Amino acid sequence: MDALLELLKINARESDATLAKELNTTAEDIRARIAAYEREGVIRGFQAVLNTERLESTDVRAVIELRIRPEREGGFDRIATRISKFPQVESMFLMSGGYDLLLFVKGRSLQEVANFVSARLAPLDGVLSTATHFMLKTYKDQSVLMESEPHDDRLQVCP
Amino acid sequence: MTTASKSAHDFIAPHVRGLPKSGIRDFFDIVAGRKDVISLGIGEPDFQTPWHIREKAIESIERGATRYTSNLGTPELRQALAEYMRHSFHAEYDWKTEILVTVGVSEAFDIALRAVLSPGDEVLYHEPCFVSYAPLIRMAHGVPVAVETFRKDEFRLTVAELEKKVTPRTRALLLSFPNNPTGATLDQADVEALADFAVRHDLLVISDEVYSELTYEGGRATFAGIPRLRDRLIFLNGFSKAWSMTGFRLGYVCAPAPLTDAMMKIHQFCMMCASSTAQVAGLEALKNGDADIVEMRDSYHLRRNFIVASLNEMGLDCFMPRGAFYVFPSIQSTGLSSQEFALRLLNECNVACVPGTAFGACGAGFLRCAYATGIDQLKEAMERMSAFIKRL
Repeated sequence: MDALLELLKINARESDATLAKELNTTAEDIRARIAAYEREGVIRGFQAVLNTERLESTDVRAVIELRIRPEREGGFDRIATRISKFPQVESMFLMSGGYDLLLFVKGRSLQEVANFVSARLAPLDGVLSTATHFMLKTYKDQSVLMESEPHDDRLQVCP
Repeated sequence: MTTASKSAHDFIAPHVRGLPKSGIRDFFDIVAGRKDVISLGIGEPDFQTPWHIREKAIESIERGATRYTSNLGTPELRQALAEYMRHSFHAEYDWKTEILVTVGVSEAFDIALRAVLSPGDEVLYHEPCFVSYAPLIRMAHGVPVAVETFRKDEFRLTVAELEKKVTPRTRALLLSFPNNPTGATLDQADVEALADFAVRHDLLVISDEVYSELTYEGGRATFAGIPRLRDRLIFLNGFSKAWSMTGFRLGYVCAPAPLTDAMMKIHQFCMMCASSTAQVAGLEALKNGDADIVEMRDSYHLRRNFIVASLNEMGLDCFMPRGAFYVFPSIQSTGLSSQEFALRLLNECNVACVPGTAFGACGAGFLRCAYATGIDQLKEAMERMSAFIKRL
């Protein structure tokens, strides 16, 4: 993968000037390359990684395993695309193994998520079964540890 | 008649009394205890030791593998080292008789020098260099002979400079590339020329290649595996830099059997063996740690690009080093001495760098900046430094 993308994955807010120095190029080149990636649809967005425990939020997140019936034309794609459009669905993946779709879902309360599953997901034509697991605590998200790394305890000057 | 009794000071051996304190130590004392200092003075990786390596060490303690090992090091580790030397350095060493595991490269240096030097033997070494070399030579009753390296050569050691200092008493050539503090590396052509020099003057070569895994853009050249040096090379390496394992204190030495045997005598009496836990960790690093090296090296590489560009931008001449994690900018354009610059930078901007003179007299006019520090810290340090220079 392009080193520029690797760096943006670590910190998407890094300045063009710094990225340019790290990659031995100019800030103009960095801007042009990012614009091209956006145009080509390689970069799909830039988001903050939050530790929601530090927020006064009662939002709940759940992981839902879904078994679905593939269709003669198009396999899983039509129903999967349909499910992915629900705003409650934050991420969704087609999986190998004991179930087909893995959904990461967010709601304002446990009840809201439960309603979403029972009233919206389960009745969908083609959905065979659901299994919902509520998340209790986030330790690491998108490669970011939720608790900060231990303090740098190296000697301040050493040979 | 009573004789005057000795004070504690009088019991110190003269050759130890004469050792200078490390210039780094002086600076450490000044920095120690200060808050909010961004330190570019740390000669140690900022990465945590990779988790799989730490986990193996923990597991070995749980298993109770906490006894002495073979003096030479565990057979498994020595076999893995022989394999590593083969595929990484294209050098053949017999794990049974030619590889010795030590407590860091520092011990390896110590036993190597003690094994080969007689009082008065001269050892050529290059400056600027790691702070231990001259003291270790002195402690082995040798005579350190510094050979200068220069900015114009990007701090490579040249045969021309060596020829000026070699005498009939010269016994060994000690070198370390990639280099701490300059980041200098050698090309294979440089290595060949230095090898010819060693053969021509019948010298032993002691090569510390502890930064060998941290080279960029092909800066990797080695003294290992050169046939005409086979009988006159002591090769030193360790795990500290490649796998960020400084506190494990694990190094090793590869040398022809008679030399290994001589070093082994000293090692078995003064050290017994390297830590058993560290040896387990080292074996895991060799077996499953290739990807760790790549990840850390790639990160250092980007930071190096950033810091070199930033220093040159603020008017401090700095060549693009191809190894280790140090840059060695010239601060001569500021009119300050290395010591003055480092002290004022610390006092006025809370940024710690080590004056070049801590690594030898010819480091005057330079500064060592370690970039084994996160990019955010580096950015902040460069901003403070740039503002400092504008104020001068």
